[in-house]
Amino acid sequence: MSVATDTEATAGEVQTVVAARRLSHTKTVFIGVGRPSTAAILARMVHNPELVLIYESGTIGAKPTRVPLSIGDGELAETADFIVSVPEMFNYWIGAGRIDVAFLGAAQVDRYANLNSTVIGDYDHPKVRLPGAGGAPEIAASCGEVMVIASHAKRTFVRRLDFRTTVGHGDGPSGTDTRERLGFSGRGPTAVITDLGVLEPDPTANELVLTQIHPGVEIDHVRAETGWDLLVSDELQSTEPPSAEELAALRELVSR
Amino acid sequence: MAEIVSLQDAVAELVHDGDSVALEGFTHLIPFAAGHELLRQRRTDLELIRMTPDLLYDQLIGMGVARRIVFSYGGNPGVGSLHRFRDAIEHDWPRPIEIEEHSHAGMANRYVAGAARLPFAILRGYLGTDLTARTTVAPITCPFTGEKLVAVPALQPDVAIIHAQESDRGGNVQLWGIPGVHREAVLAARRSLVTVERIVDELEPQAGSVVLPSWVVDFVAEAQGGSRPSYSLGIVDRDNDFYKFWDGMSRDRDAFVAWMNDNVLMQVAQQ
Repeated sequence: MSVATDTEATAGEVQTVVAARRLSHTKTVFIGVGRPSTAAILARMVHNPELVLIYESGTIGAKPTRVPLSIGDGELAETADFIVSVPEMFNYWIGAGRIDVAFLGAAQVDRYANLNSTVIGDYDHPKVRLPGAGGAPEIAASCGEVMVIASHAKRTFVRRLDFRTTVGHGDGPSGTDTRERLGFSGRGPTAVITDLGVLEPDPTANELVLTQIHPGVEIDHVRAETGWDLLVSDELQSTEPPSAEELAALRELVSR
Repeated sequence: MAEIVSLQDAVAELVHDGDSVALEGFTHLIPFAAGHELLRQRRTDLELIRMTPDLLYDQLIGMGVARRIVFSYGGNPGVGSLHRFRDAIEHDWPRPIEIEEHSHAGMANRYVAGAARLPFAILRGYLGTDLTARTTVAPITCPFTGEKLVAVPALQPDVAIIHAQESDRGGNVQLWGIPGVHREAVLAARRSLVTVERIVDELEPQAGSVVLPSWVVDFVAEAQGGSRPSYSLGIVDRDNDFYKFWDGMSRDRDAFVAWMNDNVLMQVAQQ
């Protein structure tokens, strides 16, 4: 199937391409559904054919040719190097720290990259009941590093989470919930990849800083869509636009 | 030894009002036919346990079967919300339900402890999250190293129900593909039912399969297509279009009830 590549990349496509590039030298990646899955498959197609895709359903080394709807689609099981049970996945592979990078999404992200996927509003009388934790808390605790994939909007990037489902960098280095004190072996979130840019935690203060901005996006727009006073790096990078090869591969993949 | 019976007889015998029931299947081999039989037999006040509630629990919750749900991820995988699950929690419709939620690691390890007949399991997790105040976990210190960990209580459902590809005529069960927590759920439960796509003379070993011997299962019932719209690897494909259809249709209470009446309650379970 031929796909159009003469049109400019959408913000969502840029986000996926940027996430895929971050997997160029990764050995193993843990993925959920949707955009993270697309990015990981794209990375295998364009940058890193040896990349091992690990889905929460227990399929390790899956080689999907299409973007699966669920994390447990038949093609993932049929193409996996091997398949493990859920307890084995969480105890031997995630918990033991055998996975390099994990992609996570969230309904809310705060300035220390803590995540909410449980409720919007009060827990006992929620405005919106979200799906819940799933694997996120332990994935974020024990995978080598976490990349958060989220749409950049004020309702998502909030000053205060309605519920802390998953610990990113806690309350910062002076808080009670540092990763070290909690005994977490993984480095936690190293990047939040949005449709406007990339935020990365400051190496000492842990707070997210805008380090990369996508083509055509203004800093003020990113600030306006962030619910706290966003720090901007002195060395803010401009995202390299998707190459013709990246864009063609991505569009071909999602058209399958 | 497992008895091979009809699905109706198995449900009538095994599941009582008020029971805790785990219908498991992690995106694969979800026992829809058995869940629908619970509805047709008008079971009520159940404590429904399942890592990933999925469409089956959306249906059971929306029909008012659940008094309580125990889960770790209540979403329509890759599609979005479970609208009946949300309506029950957000608006008490059709009845208020209690919830107990965990992480996947917590739920999986609760089943492991239940299967091992141990009182609890230990893991690194939950710490630093708001979940700890909302669910049954407790801090525990390693007696050897002093490390701070969390304990989760064993799960021991009254009944576990799973779907598998096949059993032999002696009631030995074999399943393959994504095994989820099938084995753990059956071994953790007090009673168990396995529905199968087919009953064969002899099980042919499959790569990476899970075998449950007849002597750990109470009932086996044949239910061809019993995992639809989920799937049974190698036999029935996942109906992804149905998962998308459900997202639209199930938003409306009346449309949901009408659909369930026409497509579940009015249907007769297959033998």
